[in-house]
Amino acid sequence: MAKEYETVIGLEVHVELAAKTKIFCGCPTAFGGAPNTHTCPVCTGMPGSLPVLNKKVLEYAVSVGIATNCEITRYGRFDRKNYFYPDNPQNYQISQLYLPVCRNGGVEIETAEGGKKIIGIHEIHMEEDAGKLFHDEWENCSLVDYNRSGVPLIEIVSEPDMRSAEEVIAYLEKLRLIIQYLGASDCKLQEGSMRADVNLSVREAGTEAFGTRTEMKNLNSFKAIMRAIAGERERQIDLIEEGKEVVQETRRWDDAKGESYAMRSKEDAQDYRYFPDPDLVPVVISDEMLEELKSRQPEFREAKMARYREEYGIPEYDIDIITGTKHMADLFEETSALCGQPKKVSNWLMGETMRLMKEKETDAEELRFSPENLAKLIALVDSKAVNGQVAKEVFEVMFEGNIDPEKYVEEHGLKTVNDEGALRKAVEEVIAGNPQSVEDYRGGKEKALGFLVGQTMKAMKGKADPAMVNRVLREELAKRPISEGE
Amino acid sequence: MANIIDDETIEYVSILAKLELSEQEREQAKKDMGRMLDYIDKLGELDTEGVEPMVHIFPVQNVFRDDIVTNSDMREQLLSNAPEQKDGMFVVPKTV
Repeated sequence: MAKEYETVIGLEVHVELAAKTKIFCGCPTAFGGAPNTHTCPVCTGMPGSLPVLNKKVLEYAVSVGIATNCEITRYGRFDRKNYFYPDNPQNYQISQLYLPVCRNGGVEIETAEGGKKIIGIHEIHMEEDAGKLFHDEWENCSLVDYNRSGVPLIEIVSEPDMRSAEEVIAYLEKLRLIIQYLGASDCKLQEGSMRADVNLSVREAGTEAFGTRTEMKNLNSFKAIMRAIAGERERQIDLIEEGKEVVQETRRWDDAKGESYAMRSKEDAQDYRYFPDPDLVPVVISDEMLEELKSRQPEFREAKMARYREEYGIPEYDIDIITGTKHMADLFEETSALCGQPKKVSNWLMGETMRLMKEKETDAEELRFSPENLAKLIALVDSKAVNGQVAKEVFEVMFEGNIDPEKYVEEHGLKTVNDEGALRKAVEEVIAGNPQSVEDYRGGKEKALGFLVGQTMKAMKGKADPAMVNRVLREELAKRPISEGE
Repeated sequence: MANIIDDETIEYVSILAKLELSEQEREQAKKDMGRMLDYIDKLGELDTEGVEPMVHIFPVQNVFRDDIVTNSDMREQLLSNAPEQKDGMFVVPKTV
């Protein structure tokens, strides 16, 4: 009988913090600067330069720790991790080994079986990002851009508590949501503001001892993580079944090929000779600072869901989706406060918004329309200034560019024509032009009315109130008894 | 000298430090390192039971900056120290 194996997974998650400046100097963290224009003597490792800790970075790190039930280290410091690689101008990375800012926490996830499980967090530490290397296509050299050097990161190290790819994703989604709700990072995997390294080993089901683990890097989407876990599990089981040994090493996942290979270069010497950084003084977190940060914790998802049930009376499914991202929840709450109609706001978010997000592959964080404009659009529909179809068209434009729907409707002449005389005239023409449908309707085919409504709408260039079109059509059809043509 | 540094250790340390040592330098470094370790052993003789590890030699803590951009583009100056530059970047030996 084939043996059964259990997968044991722990994660190292790097999150880029939303600070405006780097962790140890006043250079901007903004994306998109020309190479090396966001650098200074500190983040390029010039001799004699001195790092000074960005207070915001400490606050974000502690806030994430509080939100993930960690103990906060009241007396902390920074250490140097020594290695030579050109992306690291000082030849050491400033990190925290001995006294990380947060320890012994955990978050609760829902398992596939519908149960709940705590994934332990071993520690969270603050550190700096490295520069970016480019390989010159023409000459036998590499080029370095230090704009990313010194960008503030936290590394969240989990306990080896996960047993499947599904649990890994649930844990990552949970972390992402907490951090987004805190505003500490946007946590975009594709853009690298959240990166996960997967530590994985397998063991025979029922055994206690852990197998030898490998560390997998270069995972920049949830799908890549799922595939890498499946691939590495299989690779390790194959080795064991063949009587070979799993080597403890760092492997790079190639998602296009669906396979991993052992990394070389700087991972060759795994001896980082950490020691306390004498350039940085100890960090002491006072009771006041801790209380202050605790009091600033936002309403997290579970609390928000409970409040939505109480306050807004929208379906559970809607609540689940809307609170699934901070941006969507903010949009919902702000628009509802403006227009006082949460049900309608929810309908716009669940219907057209979700449809367009899917169609245009947009993340919730990238939604551009403002609560003010969505509230205005809802008011336009309520007052019957535009009909439902026109509203959807206007919304699509809003989705693309956050235009003011009132102005847009005005400028493009999209207002519903409430002139009943003009409508009656259009209806008369439609009736005259479609004798067959008129006859079908009179013969009892209700469907034919739909066709006539459509034709009338077309004649009105879509700008009529459908209810009024219906009423006027029925009136006109009733007026002329059968058989003008007979 | 109580601590003897063997060839394997000096080889490993020079790999970590990215140093290429001549035969003569090697022997000198082995002696120096041995003496350093002897000194550390001497320190180890002290009874430090119940003494908190010192984190920093100065009695200073919590030196912070506010999260405000204070630096502007100083690329030209920074690159002026580089042995070689190209396209606004530092040129380094090819890395894989």
